[in-house]
Amino acid sequence: MSRLVTEGLRTICGGPFSFSVERGECVALSGPSGCGKTLLLRALADLDPAEGDVLLDGMSRNEVPAPQWRRRVGWLPAESSWWFDRVGEHFSKPWKKSDESFQWLEKLGFQREVLDWKIERLSTGEKQRLALFRLLLNEPQVLLLDEPTAALDHMNVGLVEDFITTYRRDAGAAVLWVSHNPEQIARMADRHFQFAGNGLEAVQ
Amino acid sequence: MSGIIQLSPLDLSFAALLILALAGLSIRLRLGIEKRILISAVRTVIQLTLIGFVLKALFASAASGWVALMALTMLLAAGYEVTSRQKHKLRGAWGFGIGTGSMFISAFTVTFFALTVIISPEPWYAPRYAIPLLGMLLGNTMNGVSLSVNHLTQNVRSHRSVIETRLALGQTKSEAIADIRRESIRTGLIPIVNAMAAAGIVSLPGMMTGQILAGNLPLDAVRYQIMIMFMVSAGTGFGTLAAIWMTSHRLFDDRDRLRLDRLRS
Repeated sequence: MSRLVTEGLRTICGGPFSFSVERGECVALSGPSGCGKTLLLRALADLDPAEGDVLLDGMSRNEVPAPQWRRRVGWLPAESSWWFDRVGEHFSKPWKKSDESFQWLEKLGFQREVLDWKIERLSTGEKQRLALFRLLLNEPQVLLLDEPTAALDHMNVGLVEDFITTYRRDAGAAVLWVSHNPEQIARMADRHFQFAGNGLEAVQ
Repeated sequence: MSGIIQLSPLDLSFAALLILALAGLSIRLRLGIEKRILISAVRTVIQLTLIGFVLKALFASAASGWVALMALTMLLAAGYEVTSRQKHKLRGAWGFGIGTGSMFISAFTVTFFALTVIISPEPWYAPRYAIPLLGMLLGNTMNGVSLSVNHLTQNVRSHRSVIETRLALGQTKSEAIADIRRESIRTGLIPIVNAMAAAGIVSLPGMMTGQILAGNLPLDAVRYQIMIMFMVSAGTGFGTLAAIWMTSHRLFDDRDRLRLDRLRS
């Protein structure tokens, strides 16, 4: 059974989209700006009303309370948002201060002290990496990544790519990765879809 | 009622001169609000004169039906006022419905409580007590509701990405909007709480002033004013809570999605 299945999903500017992503598979999405990539990811996370159905391990999104669905189908917006003063406060709920989580932080290039940092001292790239960490604390089974490395320098792109690959293998997570960078797509993706007209078309 | 000094139309026209002077200053300084000052002043004269006649007739008849009709009219007017003060209204009848509904719940309940338990006039809906009391409650609740709902909708709009990030992380709609909700309620309550704190030191509340001018003993007027202050604060608080609760629920759908399309831009 496929991890993520989309059946006739329509966003306000595109669709119907029907495709599936397997366990541990990474599918790249590309296309010009404004063609509805973000809207597709939002619809998959059930953040916008959208016709059609989305299934996770065979279970429809409507059978699961929305907050639970979003913990399993995790969306990482292109721009991260922070609302408390310090980094650590944003992790209070799902934050298990286990060693594994700290190892994750280190793999993303941070020390434990980052938890006490004030948000205003973070760079855009640091926020992006910490937002990824925050999302993965939910241990989602599907990752919807909207240009997750757009604000990162070369070295940190490598860190994030490795980190996501490891997580995807270990958790058997299905990954949808929006990227504009052909090299990154070649490095990361098992398959590649391009936005064409109202739907998607496979790129060889 | 010992001899209150009556005001003649001539006396009022002296007061009106001050408003004209203010409008003149507005023209001179190009503040651009002279038109609104004058229109509002004229509205004050017309509305208050009309209500004077209505109350005169109402006090004379004291029939429960007429009192109810009057109360309903006041409620609808307050509901309209709340809606028109919103920068981003809920679409459809929701804005008016929630504003009016929350004021109905709080102002009417508190007024009923004050009339039956505290003041106990005979009959309990005696318009001389019921109408001014309800008016004060509606007026203040209206301010609290419109301030807080306006704060809520504006902040939900400007913090959209924060709310949606919190939803995307698996928070429920109530968790994702909790901070904004709390702040909005505070915004609605601060004016009336401040008024309680400053009462008597900085300002002599209008109703007490009125009673004293009308020749009542200051200590009697003070007791009424304390009761009114408590009623008005409670009414504003309950009304604000109800309006924020209903509005924030309307901003999400059954799948805990933020629905800004339900607000007029």
